[in-house]
Amino acid sequence: MKATPLSNCERRFLLRAIEERKRLDGRQCYDYRNVRISFGADYGCCIVELGKTRVLAQVSCELVAPKPNRPTEGILFFNLELSPMAAPGFEPGRQSELLVKLNRLIERCLRNSKCIDTESLCIVAGEKVWQIRLDLHLLNHDGNIIDAASIAGIVALCHFRRPDVSVQGEEVTVYTPEERDPVPLSIHHMPICVSFAFFQQGTYLLVDPSEREESVMDGVLVIAMNKHREICTIQSSGGIMLVKDQVLRCSKITAVKVAEITELIQKALENDQKVRKEGGKFGFAESIPNQKITAFKMESAAVDTNNVEEQAEEIITKAEPPSEVFAKPILHTPGTAQIGEGIENSWGDLEESEKEEAEEEGESEATAFECHKMETETETEGRRITEAKKDEPIVLSDSEEEEVVILEPQELPKKTRTQTKPKQENTSKKAFNKRRRKKRAAY
Amino acid sequence: DRGPPSPSPGDTSVLAGLYGPVEVKGSKELPDRAALEVLLRPKVGLPGVMERSREQLLRRTCETVVLGVLHPRTAITLVLQVLSDAGSLLSCCLNAACMGLLDAGLPLASLFCGITCALDPHGAIILDPTTRQEQDARAVLTFAIDSAERKVLTATTRGSCSVEEMQQCLVAAQRAADTIFQFYRDSVRRKYSKS
Repeated sequence: MKATPLSNCERRFLLRAIEERKRLDGRQCYDYRNVRISFGADYGCCIVELGKTRVLAQVSCELVAPKPNRPTEGILFFNLELSPMAAPGFEPGRQSELLVKLNRLIERCLRNSKCIDTESLCIVAGEKVWQIRLDLHLLNHDGNIIDAASIAGIVALCHFRRPDVSVQGEEVTVYTPEERDPVPLSIHHMPICVSFAFFQQGTYLLVDPSEREESVMDGVLVIAMNKHREICTIQSSGGIMLVKDQVLRCSKITAVKVAEITELIQKALENDQKVRKEGGKFGFAESIPNQKITAFKMESAAVDTNNVEEQAEEIITKAEPPSEVFAKPILHTPGTAQIGEGIENSWGDLEESEKEEAEEEGESEATAFECHKMETETETEGRRITEAKKDEPIVLSDSEEEEVVILEPQELPKKTRTQTKPKQENTSKKAFNKRRRKKRAAY
Repeated sequence: DRGPPSPSPGDTSVLAGLYGPVEVKGSKELPDRAALEVLLRPKVGLPGVMERSREQLLRRTCETVVLGVLHPRTAITLVLQVLSDAGSLLSCCLNAACMGLLDAGLPLASLFCGITCALDPHGAIILDPTTRQEQDARAVLTFAIDSAERKVLTATTRGSCSVEEMQQCLVAAQRAADTIFQFYRDSVRRKYSKS
C-alpha cells in the first residue's frame, strides 16, 4: 500500500511552528511523551506505548548447540518487525532501509553493550547453550520507533524467566515450570535509547520526535545509555553536522531521561511481580482500563447446551442421506489406479477427437481423487455405458510423437470407456496410462 | 479507515488492524471487486505454513461477508497480530477480524463470529478450550457462524469425530454465537453512545 506523502503546506507549517519553538502536541522541546508499560500473561511478553507508538516484545528460549568459535556463550537473537498495521507504507516482506537501520541499532544497543550475561546461558560447554530470542513487533507508528523498541526489549528481557537447569556430571535436567520455578536472565544493566531530532541545520533539537516531526527533520542523533551514565551506543544519521558541545549537551539530557525511564521500568516490573505473587489476574485483558469507552469486558458466559443432542438428531434425520460414495479403486497397473469415471463434458456438441480429449481430462481428474465428483457418477455412468456401446473406433491420440509400447496385454476391467475392439483398447488404454502417468508425475 | 480492536477471551489476545478500501498495486487489482488480503503474524518467529493456511481461511470467510463489489479495484488489508495464545486462537482471530471489519465501517452482508469446540475423550463438548484442553481432546472443531441466520460460513476440524458429534458441536456453537453477537452489539453500543 502506498503511504500518503506529506504535503508542502503541512511541511511548511511544521517547520514554521518549530522555528517559533512550538510542538504540535504542546510539549516542550525536551519532553518525552507518556510511557506506558503493560505485561502479558506469559513471562517475557510486554507492550510498551510511547504516546501512540506501540511495540510488542516477546522473549523466548531454546536449547541449541553453541557457535563453534564461542563454545561457552549463549546465543542472542534479535528481530524487529514493522507490522503492516503500523503504517500504511509498511508492506509485508519488504526489507526497507528503515527496518535494517532499526534492527542494527537494537542489536548494537542490546548485544554489543553486553547487558545480558551470555556466559550464564551456557549449560554444557561446546554442546548445549540457551538461545534467547527477542521478537519485537511494531504495532503502531507515531514516531520514535527506536526508543519504544529499546524500552520494550529491555523490559521483556528483564521480565523473562527461563526454565531451571541442573547439571550433574554428564546428565543435564531441564525442569518444567511446574517442577521448579523458572529463573530470570542475568542482566548487568539496562541500556535505553533516546532520540534527538535536529532542525535548522543542527541548531535546534527536539527530544522524542513524533511521526510528523520525523518526516520534516534534518537528521537524528540516537544515544543509548544506562542509568550509570555509560554510553552504550551513539549514532548520528541524516547528514547533519554536529558540534562537540551539542553532542555533550545531548548526552546530559539523555542521562536525565534514562534515569526517569529506568525508574518507571523498575516500578512496572515490581508491580507485575506483586500481582503475580498475590495470584491476581494479569495479562493484557486486565491491563486495558475499564473506563475507556472502547474497552468492553464480559465474564465467561455459560451456554445452554442441554438440548444439543436432540436438536442435532433432528437436523441429521431431516438432512438427506449422503449420496453413495464409490470407494472401489480400479487398479490398471501397479501404480496407476482409478476411482470413478470423471464427469461428462457438458460443453455441448464437440467434435469426436475433442470429446475424447475432454473425457480423458475427466479421467485424469478422477485420478486426483476428487470425491465430490462421485455424486454425479450414478447419472453419468448410465449415460457413458450407452455411449460406449456405439461401434466406433476410439482413437486416443493422433500424435506421432508418443510411442506406444504394449508390454503385456491386460484384462480390462468392465467399467472402462471402450468396450469394442480389444486390441485397439489395449493400445488406447496403454497410451492413456502412459499419459496419465506423465500427468501424475507432474503433480 | 483504521480499526484497532482486540477481543480477548480469557488469555488469548489478537490485535486486528485494517486498512481499506485503498488504492491497490496493478497486479493485485480485481476489476469487479475489492481485493481482500489477510496477514496473520505470530508472536514468536517468522510466519510459517500454519499462518499462511489460517490467513487463507480467514480471507475466504471475510470475503463471504464483505460486499467487495461496492469497491472495485481497491485493496482491503487486514493485519492480525497474536498478542498471546492460551487456546482457541483461530476463533479469536475470526472474532478480531469481524470486529475489525465492523469498526472500520466496511459494508458487510452480515457479521460472523468464531467458536472452537473440543471433544474430550469421553465425548463431552467443551466450548472455547484452553491449550491444555485442546491437546487432550480427541477432536477440535472451529466454526465461523454468521449473524443473519446462524449459518456456517467456515468449518475446520482437527482429529476425528462422528457425524452426530459434529452436528452436536455445530448446534452448541450456534447457541454460543448468540452470546458473542450480543457482546459485539453491547461493545459497539458502548462505543457510540454519548454516555
